[in-house]
Amino acid sequence: MDWQGQKLAEQLMQILLLIAAVMAFVVGYATASFRTMMLIYAGGVVLTTLITIPNWPCFNRHPLKWLDPSEAEKYPKPEVVAVSSKKKSSKK
Amino acid sequence: MHTFGYRANALLTFAITALAFICAIASFSDKFSNQNPSAEIQILNINRFKKQSHGNDEVSLTLDISADLQSLFTWNTKQVFVFVAAEYETPKNFLNQVSLWDAIIPAKEDAKFRIQVSNKYRFIDQGQNLRGKEFNLTLHWHVMPKTGKMFADKIVMPGYSLPDAYR
Repeated sequence: MDWQGQKLAEQLMQILLLIAAVMAFVVGYATASFRTMMLIYAGGVVLTTLITIPNWPCFNRHPLKWLDPSEAEKYPKPEVVAVSSKKKSSKK
Repeated sequence: MHTFGYRANALLTFAITALAFICAIASFSDKFSNQNPSAEIQILNINRFKKQSHGNDEVSLTLDISADLQSLFTWNTKQVFVFVAAEYETPKNFLNQVSLWDAIIPAKEDAKFRIQVSNKYRFIDQGQNLRGKEFNLTLHWHVMPKTGKMFADKIVMPGYSLPDAYR
């Protein structure tokens, strides 16, 4: 998943679970059945799992634009400066 | 959130937290229920009243117990445990409580009942104090919820007494 997709998946997961919890409690309270509440909530969790966990294509609509390899060669990586020489100069 | 494991972990944690939340609200909703239980106990017969070989008094009674505990059941009740205890005072102990009978009520339909039964557990005193003793019969109940805290209450019925001499 790309970044936008991850954000979307996380938000969807939280909203879907909250809706499942609220609906489960309301229906369970109205029918005075604890079992109904648990079943509806379990169904909601399974549904949310199916929607947010697998790598659906809708979560990949903003793929990252990696830099072209030919462009990258024009700008070489900076060289790493040795750490020991830096320490000697600061002690003075 | 970039791997399955990451997303699955986040989902599971949030799901369990939300589950804890709705269970807490379900338990809290019990406070709004109207409860008016009622009970009555009669002693039908005193079968035996004697002194044991080691010196303690023992009584065997037949009780007629009728109760209506249906209003204690809510959607969040798993079962109600009910027991009858005889309470009395002796010179040695300020309060003696002896459990005579108990039962588990699994559902609302079974909560209104009337039974005649002899005491399930033996009524034995610590000593020989029971002749002519006045005692209370108390119906205790423990409501065990599906989620939440168990609570207990009782109805005290005073005015019962044992005969003055052994039989």
